[in-house]
Amino acid sequence: MTGYKNTGYEVVIGLEVHVELNTATKIFCNCSTAFGAEPNTHVCPVCSGMPGVLPVMNQKVLEKAVAAGLATNCTITQKCKFDRKNYFYPDLPKAYQTSQLYLPICRNGYVEIEGDEGPKKVRIHQIHMEEDAGKLNHDAKSGSTLIDYNRCGVPLLEIVSEPDMRSAEEVQAYLEKLKSTMEYLNVSDCKMQEGSMRADVNLSVRRVGDTELGTRTETKNMNSFKAIARAIEYEIFRQIEVIEDGGHVKQETRRWDDEKGIGYAMRSKENAHDYRYFPEPDLAPINISDAYLAEIAATIPELPDQKKERYMQDFKLSAYDAAQLTRSRRLAEIFEQTVALCDQPKEAANFLIGDCLRLLNAEGREAQSLDFSPENLAALLKLVAAGTINKTTAKAVFEKIYAENIDPAAYVKENGLEMMSDDGELDKLIAEVVDANPKSVADYKGGKKAAVGFLVGQVMKATKGKADAGKVNAKLQEILNK
Amino acid sequence: MREQTAKELREKLAAGEATACGLTKQYLAKIAAGDAAYHAFNTVNEAAAARAAAVDKQLAAGLATPLAGVPIAIKDNIATEDMPTTCSSKILEGFMSPYNATVVEKLTDAGAVILGKTNMDEFAMGSTTETSYTGVTKNPWNTAKVPGGSSGGSAAAVAAGLAPVALGSDTGGSIRQPCAYCGLTGIKPTYGAVSRYGLLAYGSSLDQIGPIAHTAADCAAVLQVIAGYDEKDSTSAKNVNFDFSTALHDNIAGKKIGLPRNYLGEGLNAEIRAGILAAAEQFAALGAEIEEFDMPMMDYAVPAYYIIASAEASSNLSRYDGIKYGYHPESFSDLEDLYLSARSEGFGPEVKRRIMLGTFALSSGYYDAYYQKALKVRALIRQAFDAAFDKYDAILSPVAPTTAPNLGESLSDPLAMYLSDIYTVAINLVGIPAISLPCGFDAAGMPIGMQLLGAVWSEEKLVNLAHAYQMHTDWHEQTPTHKEAE
Amino acid sequence: MEIDRKMVEYVAELAKLRLSEEETEQMQQDLTKVLQYMDVLNQLDTASVEPLTHVSGVENVFRADKAAASFGRDKILQNAIAVEDGCFKVPQTVE
Repeated sequence: MTGYKNTGYEVVIGLEVHVELNTATKIFCNCSTAFGAEPNTHVCPVCSGMPGVLPVMNQKVLEKAVAAGLATNCTITQKCKFDRKNYFYPDLPKAYQTSQLYLPICRNGYVEIEGDEGPKKVRIHQIHMEEDAGKLNHDAKSGSTLIDYNRCGVPLLEIVSEPDMRSAEEVQAYLEKLKSTMEYLNVSDCKMQEGSMRADVNLSVRRVGDTELGTRTETKNMNSFKAIARAIEYEIFRQIEVIEDGGHVKQETRRWDDEKGIGYAMRSKENAHDYRYFPEPDLAPINISDAYLAEIAATIPELPDQKKERYMQDFKLSAYDAAQLTRSRRLAEIFEQTVALCDQPKEAANFLIGDCLRLLNAEGREAQSLDFSPENLAALLKLVAAGTINKTTAKAVFEKIYAENIDPAAYVKENGLEMMSDDGELDKLIAEVVDANPKSVADYKGGKKAAVGFLVGQVMKATKGKADAGKVNAKLQEILNK
Repeated sequence: MREQTAKELREKLAAGEATACGLTKQYLAKIAAGDAAYHAFNTVNEAAAARAAAVDKQLAAGLATPLAGVPIAIKDNIATEDMPTTCSSKILEGFMSPYNATVVEKLTDAGAVILGKTNMDEFAMGSTTETSYTGVTKNPWNTAKVPGGSSGGSAAAVAAGLAPVALGSDTGGSIRQPCAYCGLTGIKPTYGAVSRYGLLAYGSSLDQIGPIAHTAADCAAVLQVIAGYDEKDSTSAKNVNFDFSTALHDNIAGKKIGLPRNYLGEGLNAEIRAGILAAAEQFAALGAEIEEFDMPMMDYAVPAYYIIASAEASSNLSRYDGIKYGYHPESFSDLEDLYLSARSEGFGPEVKRRIMLGTFALSSGYYDAYYQKALKVRALIRQAFDAAFDKYDAILSPVAPTTAPNLGESLSDPLAMYLSDIYTVAINLVGIPAISLPCGFDAAGMPIGMQLLGAVWSEEKLVNLAHAYQMHTDWHEQTPTHKEAE
Repeated sequence: MEIDRKMVEYVAELAKLRLSEEETEQMQQDLTKVLQYMDVLNQLDTASVEPLTHVSGVENVFRADKAAASFGRDKILQNAIAVEDGCFKVPQTVE
């Protein structure tokens, strides 16, 4: 092994992932968590840190945190507490963040990913509950910062991995796995662009064969999986260069500018890291019973890995197809419901992976947002199976289902897209095409068998795409071979 | 003439011999005429008369609420929407809370009329009310002396007859010690009995709001109203249901009262010791059994308390940064300068000292040796009290080593000031209730106080003991004006 | 525990307090005196003692995940140092 992309260096990456929980209200008050409201309209004395206020914990936050922990093979800390993390910053109105240090809710878990060298486990050090901070908007011109506390107190899980990843690809696979797991659990919608999933990357490099870890940096501010991948590649080569030039990597926090494609060190204060954590006296300790754990465990649905196995078994799908379908809970849901209605797993998978994911990608949309009904997809598959429409037409109809959730049978009828069922009509059109293209006919007969393709195309054009191309091909060959 | 109690006012109101408007006017007039001498109040409630009129309407309509028409003063660290809430600190000068504390809502629902907000040590940090930014409060018994603290304004208001009852808060003795210095009765309830929502936090795991009045019966009436579970306070206890109606008698036969020998030794003023011993005899005369014992851990409570209270305070007071509310510095060059200027100009020396102490105790490398150590000592102190309450219904103790000191004597030596809290802070560390009540006077005519400590949720028992004592003594009926008249 | 000047300055920076020369001097003396007194706690063996953080014994206090109506922005902003576009306004933060 020559190390990361033949550099002779090995890369060690650990992630701190923040996931915003999709609760209706904030973690310690009953303000709404809705995204995108007018500044400071989802704010009350509690989340704006007015003097004298006290927090009261949202029970859904605990439920979701426990579910996330169980789904990632963690041990749940049945007696857990909150701690205060003290630091001054304008986005933190109390000047402390209520978080967990000493007794985090989940510890010692793992998720399985497809690693660079096959399946591997990425260990989770801990998951803890905490509150989000507000949003600062900088106005460079007036030299001021405007503070919006709407996001203050939105519940977060911070998922801290062990330094188990070795490449940008493994990081991506890990994040994908976390994202789909959180979606399946209905814990978070994990939208990186809206900031409901954020990742800080701790990265170091070392020469292949070294046993001691190199000095690590922490990179922040990436808002897409692609940006994370780019930031990681950048940081890997930056660190290697520093070492190759005889220098030492500095332990620092860095910021990624995705537009410029560069990372840079953030100005930091010497004492910024003495957070003076201590147990939060204003919140009662949590004592989780075995019965509660069992109750939450019972609500955990079939997770992506289990689903993937089942699809391969039950529907004879390839590992790749099964993985694609199960990445998003919504996509898997549409797939399963469609198959239940029409029993054509392979065909359903083809539409969902080939067409649906392509359309989503083109739009930059999340599969979770799919809103067409499985009934319409199933109806479409039935039309194809019955020979009512051909595959080309079916693709066009699917785009309509995807975009407008149309009823395919009605749509095909209204637009006259059925395949020609009248053989007499088709034979007549074929004869016309053969007559009109003597050169192609001669080519075919002269041994250029491919010329039949052109003739099929001409017939399909004449039928406005409504003929069965296979049938046309067969009929043409029959005539030409006479 | 002794001051009227809330109980008597309620009876007059019920009998139609007084109106809420009349009483409110009467007390507002007393404040207007008398408070210049004491500075008990930071703010007088301009809406009190209108509020009293509304209560009179309710009374006329036959709506009987437990404190209907009773005027009350409240400490200036309790959030009120229609009056400033300042904690007697420059950093909160003019601060208008966007919400009311739960106790304010409860008092209002019960028909009480809030007269105003009382002076205190800045952020309740002090034992004399001299750390107040708004000026010192003077002891109505002798205006050369401090009223105690930190609820010195509330105690002075009641002692001077400017309010029949008041609310204070007690983090390490801040209700009980001013009561002792001013000849009053006050209760520090069990931690979790009274909602802290709207109490501007000093030491979150120690703070409790409680009543200050002339009598145990009045304290009980107010406590009954303000106590109870509050869904806005995660540390408030469910199913708190005080019923003091069966506690207001003098049958205390067979009650076991422990008298800690080591509390009465060196360091305690001899006149106070005599007062406590006389009170013990009085309890014995009423049928209680008095037993001397040694209360362990006495010397460890003050250091453990000041570490924990200061640590919590350093975090609680971080939100005062000049941005969202309170004192805004006139000029600043950048954000860092804004923080530093607001806090350095806004906080007084004692508050800064405790913020520094608490920040240190939590800082990297010292957490285990100081903060964690103090929490462990706290556990040991609780074990000691648990063992004592296995044997006794109550413990009889001094409140302070001396009677009220002269103004200007205490602040120069912080450690000496902290040490004067030796009898009060352990109660807060372990969350138990205590009632402070007068039991005599020293040769200079200053009141002497004692306190009865009980196991958690033993407030009814403590009120019973205090009430029985007050049925057979008249220390609580003495007032400064009465003595002058002699 | 003896507190040196550097420690006073470090703690003041954490606490965001600006101390004058004189205040620093006084603080150093006061803290040293108080902390030396607090060392009395070291007389107690607490190796096997669980720290007592919450005295009331109350556990598992939760609220339902039900949104309340907006509190009202004006009241939240009413004491602010400066307001612009419905936001608190401060000098620009450094990143």
